Amino acid sequence: MSIDHTPLSTLDVLESEAIHIIREVAAEFEKPVLLFSGGKDSVTVLHLAAKAFWPAKIPFGLLHVDTGHNFPEILKFRDETAARYGIDLSVAKVQDYIDDGRLHERADGTRNTLQTQPLIDAIAEGGYDAVFGGARRDEDKARAKERIFSLRDEFGQWDPSNQRPELWNLYNGRHVNGEHVRVFPISNFTELDVWSYIARENIALAHLYYAHEREVFQRDGMWWSTGEFSAPRPDESVIRKSVRYRTVGDMSCTGAVESDADDISSVLAEVAVTTVTERGATRADDRISAAAMEDRKKDGYF
Amino acid sequence: MTTTPDTTAATQTKTLLRFATAGSVDDGKSTLVGRLLHDAKAILADQLEAVTRTSEERGFVGGEFDFALLTDGLRAEREQGITIDVAYRYFATDKRSFILADCPGHVQYTRNMVTGATTADAVVVLIDARTGATEQTRRHLTVVHRLGIGHVILAINKIDLLDYDQMAYAKVKAEIEALTAEIGLDSAHLIPVSALAGDNVAEVSANTPWYQGPALLELLENLPSKEEDTADLEPFRLDVQSVLRPQGGLAPGLDPDEFRDYRAVTGQVTSGRIHLGDEIDVHPAGLRTTVVGIDTANGPLETAGAPLSVALRLADDIDTARGSVLAAAGSLPEPRKALRAEVFPFTSEGLRSGDRVLVKAGTSTVKAIVTIESKHNLLTAGSEPAEVLAGNDIGTAQVKLATALPIADFREHGRAGGFLIIDPQTGSTVAAGIHTPEDEVS
Repeated sequence: MSIDHTPLSTLDVLESEAIHIIREVAAEFEKPVLLFSGGKDSVTVLHLAAKAFWPAKIPFGLLHVDTGHNFPEILKFRDETAARYGIDLSVAKVQDYIDDGRLHERADGTRNTLQTQPLIDAIAEGGYDAVFGGARRDEDKARAKERIFSLRDEFGQWDPSNQRPELWNLYNGRHVNGEHVRVFPISNFTELDVWSYIARENIALAHLYYAHEREVFQRDGMWWSTGEFSAPRPDESVIRKSVRYRTVGDMSCTGAVESDADDISSVLAEVAVTTVTERGATRADDRISAAAMEDRKKDGYF
Repeated sequence: MTTTPDTTAATQTKTLLRFATAGSVDDGKSTLVGRLLHDAKAILADQLEAVTRTSEERGFVGGEFDFALLTDGLRAEREQGITIDVAYRYFATDKRSFILADCPGHVQYTRNMVTGATTADAVVVLIDARTGATEQTRRHLTVVHRLGIGHVILAINKIDLLDYDQMAYAKVKAEIEALTAEIGLDSAHLIPVSALAGDNVAEVSANTPWYQGPALLELLENLPSKEEDTADLEPFRLDVQSVLRPQGGLAPGLDPDEFRDYRAVTGQVTSGRIHLGDEIDVHPAGLRTTVVGIDTANGPLETAGAPLSVALRLADDIDTARGSVLAAAGSLPEPRKALRAEVFPFTSEGLRSGDRVLVKAGTSTVKAIVTIESKHNLLTAGSEPAEVLAGNDIGTAQVKLATALPIADFREHGRAGGFLIIDPQTGSTVAAGIHTPEDEVS
């Protein structure tokens, strides 16, 4: 260990900012919870939370909204990760809402927008006043405008024209009963920063993020996994291909990209030279319109 | 973004610069931001395709596109062709990562400028070369000066419309230098650019052989960040976020015996640098102790500078809690109940004498009463007595705190002298304040 006055790296600064945010929330809110899907961004937030409170355990639990169309590998990874960190996990299920008629399956079969009601109900039932998410501002134009502390009303809605200015490192989480605050500690990480950080910290991810052979078919320029929720049409031929996932959302709306990147350094190299955004490459739900994300967020989405 | 062979090492050691851009629509700010992102290859194919498609729909021809479409994130902004709120953009070069806070200049400019500026290491203010400094430029530069942003870059845009004429540029330059001298911005960088044509944005242009300085991007790559500038000059300060005592439960895999008596205070180093063995003063205990441990989950450190988040172990069992302040021995600002502040109200209701508010400074939130003293006239640089400040005004106020806080002098120590003014009824942040004990109206 030497005395080292080299300037802090981008990753050091981003990590420090995220840890500060997570500690602020733990100190100022009654009952925070961390939205945890098992995807790389929420795994990164969980890792940062563990670092924020070390050597103590993380003083809040995890919440997942399971659409019923999640990749089984990701659900398994989600449960194993929660167990490894010794942290409680609650799961709200879209399927329960569909089974008892509170929600109806959409004509296109995707369930992304159906997550909003179970999420808001779970937040209300859990009495959570702060809800951590792994959203990043580089993901989408609407997210680029959202604050790190994002006040949501009783209906979970975001009001983009009435956001609190965020000054220095002072966050204002005041809210009245019924309202809650969504908190995005890795707002300032880019996709490449997340991957660099995962590499630096040696964070375990589900293997879907790395190249693997899979039965896939092509639709709208994306590679889709064959399965219960994404079956090929008669004119779409199924082939075996080396692919990886840049995001791991719903199977019904998340495609894979062709890739041979089977370890962290090759994924990093691939992300560094990519010419397409991760949502543009892999999310059918964000291709609906330029304002798809904004509309979902105003409606209470993550 | 060009990659080096060793992507992993490169992305892990790059430094970060946060900067803000300010200027009006007419100054070509969106075009400059779009140009910067485009030339730094931060605009990806699908984004470019979407923008090109919409640009064509709006009558842009021949592959020209409306760069504003890249930065206007909200439906209302795209539909009305205005920018409502600060947007954050990310790009990187081989040397550095950048976070750009894009601040709209026309609506609620103070609120947006203050929001973008408080976290910025540098600010780029756009000026139209044809019109020179306008009232709005003067307002922007005054806010920039009062908020003490480290590096100010004035991008004199649309130099192509002056036919790259050296004499014409010299005239604008002289006028702007007179303005910056009057305001007190001594070390501003001036760059002649054309955002539309790309001159002096990513690369030095052959069209301006008379300009000897760097291109904008090159300048941004080489400016020291706020922390690099001040970490070894400023006294150490840390505002305590919480106390870590793992009796309530240890992280999995740790040995309970080793951490039985563990106690540390957490926080982000606000300013300066702490070394193992340094003496510190503790507020509000009023006692002096020594730092015996600088802990992170990755292992202990011998030193930590701003803005690192750490856990500090102290030699003595001194009463510390959220809101405590640790500072290098002898450097703790005197805790005070009466602040003299410059205030920047954000909301349409403004701020008035007698308002009962909450002040959030560091990790303390206390009750306070505001008495407005004066309102600055940003155009004459004078000020007049006032009891009310409207949204986007700037003025001075006395702020009486219910509990004494060791708030620093903003002019000397930056962020440790900044605070939020919160409406206790609605919870909204209604103003920013900076503690400025000596009158320094310029």
